[in-house]
Amino acid sequence: MTSSPPAVPPGRDRRSRRDSRVGDKIFFNLTRGSGILLLVIMAAIAGFLAYRSGLALSKDEGNFLTTFEWTPDAPKPVFGIAVLAFGTIVSAVIAMAIAVPVAIGVALFISHYAPRKIAQPFAYLVDLLAAVPSIVYGLWGALFLVPHINGLTSWMDQYLGWTYVFSQTVPGATPRNLFTVGILLAIMVLPIITAVTREVFRQVPRMHEEAALALGATRWEMIRTAVLPFGRPGIISASMLGLGRALGETIAVATVLSANSVLSLHILDPGGGTFAQNIALKFGEAQPFGRDALMASGLVLFVITLVVNGAARLIIARRKEYSGAAA
Amino acid sequence: MAKRIDVSGLSAYYGSTRAIEDISMTIEPRSVTAFIGPSGCGKSTFLRTLNRMHEVIPSARVEGKVMLDDENLYGSNIDPVAVRRAVGMVFQRPNPFPTMSIYDNVVAGLKLAGVKKKSVLDGVVEKSLKGANLWNEVKDRLNKPGAGLSGGQQQRLCIARAIAVEPQVLLMDEPCSALDPISTLAIEDLIGELKSQYTIVIVTHNMQQAARVSDRTAFFNLAGVGQPGKLVELDDTPRIFSNPSVQATEDYISGRFG
Repeated sequence: MTSSPPAVPPGRDRRSRRDSRVGDKIFFNLTRGSGILLLVIMAAIAGFLAYRSGLALSKDEGNFLTTFEWTPDAPKPVFGIAVLAFGTIVSAVIAMAIAVPVAIGVALFISHYAPRKIAQPFAYLVDLLAAVPSIVYGLWGALFLVPHINGLTSWMDQYLGWTYVFSQTVPGATPRNLFTVGILLAIMVLPIITAVTREVFRQVPRMHEEAALALGATRWEMIRTAVLPFGRPGIISASMLGLGRALGETIAVATVLSANSVLSLHILDPGGGTFAQNIALKFGEAQPFGRDALMASGLVLFVITLVVNGAARLIIARRKEYSGAAA
Repeated sequence: MAKRIDVSGLSAYYGSTRAIEDISMTIEPRSVTAFIGPSGCGKSTFLRTLNRMHEVIPSARVEGKVMLDDENLYGSNIDPVAVRRAVGMVFQRPNPFPTMSIYDNVVAGLKLAGVKKKSVLDGVVEKSLKGANLWNEVKDRLNKPGAGLSGGQQQRLCIARAIAVEPQVLLMDEPCSALDPISTLAIEDLIGELKSQYTIVIVTHNMQQAARVSDRTAFFNLAGVGQPGKLVELDDTPRIFSNPSVQATEDYISGRFG
């Protein structure tokens, strides 16, 4: 019986294996460390916000949730988030209502309709839009959108005024209102949502699309049967990214909105405010206590964002077994 | 409802590359016709020209005629979507819609055709799943995702989905190549049952399978890499496997290929 010599000497083999184990350990600790660091940073932000908010809230003479005014530095500090929460949510909802359908359409055009020669440059252009700084959008909104949207707002007042929401108290008032902000935010979040959904649509397996086509689906039916359901979790995630930006957008909103402390359901009337815009506007001149109050409003925005994201996760998880991950 | 397929002078292209050249053949109704041949010889491409699925690939096109009884599938007034409703297809890898339940997978084609009545759909689901020999295994979990089934069950689900719309022809592109032997046997038995109602065309790399399931066998070959595939001969299956009239067929079948 002759045993052939092993291709790799045993000693060397063992050593290289031990080396790779050291590498594994380093890499494991590196990734675990990064994960822990992220949690620590999140906790630190939440803790800091909660602590400073607590300082402010204990001295609030108004009701923090229902008060309209924001005068924390007055001799009798009164401040509340009602106007800010309303403005933030309304402008974000308008933005999403406009941006999500358009983004899905643009993404489908790039991934499934446009010839490749057009799709590539077009996709690049959309990505480029995502890189335009907020202040540029803000200036464009203030200098172009506001003067030019008057026709639309007057038309809405005239023909949709019966809805109450779209009626103007002062017809023809400068449209520095939540509606205009919503449109501006829609334009700002459109590229992000488009870019993410486009990638999701591209990843729909060819075999699912062919399954639909072979059953006699037209192109639109194929998209409805195979592409959109498969991309659903991705569409939700992309919308959450966009919503995050819409809720937190600061400078563009501050540039366009003529803020005040009025909570009005007439979204075409100038006025209102959002969390981020209010912080940007008041932070510079605020006293230390006023800054704590602003942080309390920031904490509310933080919580709103968490809740919305959690809800989206739940929606995705509920249909997990249909996600296509098992296929 | 089974119809005869009559192909004449058919060539298919990917861009400027000709994949198959000048194929003519007749496929009888209520029979199983198997396509065999080496990889790249254009069997699958040819199969996909029979329900106009070839042209969904960008820059792919077809020349020639495919008559389904007396209607040219490539006629100028023919809608490819209508063709695909009449000629069903089962793919190499099981591809049930992952976002749909078993029930919804089966009725997907009917819903596309505009059938909405629940009682009709219920009946079709039972009939199609029974037709695909899957009913007993899934009748208690019709609302579970189709992607949760085993590979063989998924493929039978795809067959149920294809026959739910009662096509005139059923095309199968290597339907068993991703399946284990037991599932393969189940599909082969099913093909034997389905041929009483449908015209079936099956592409296979497994020559025993072609010999087991088909009535007629077509051998495709290509002259070399980059050359278009051609139909070498089409004959009754026993004859192809015992006494083919072309030497190349015999070489391929007896493993002396290349």
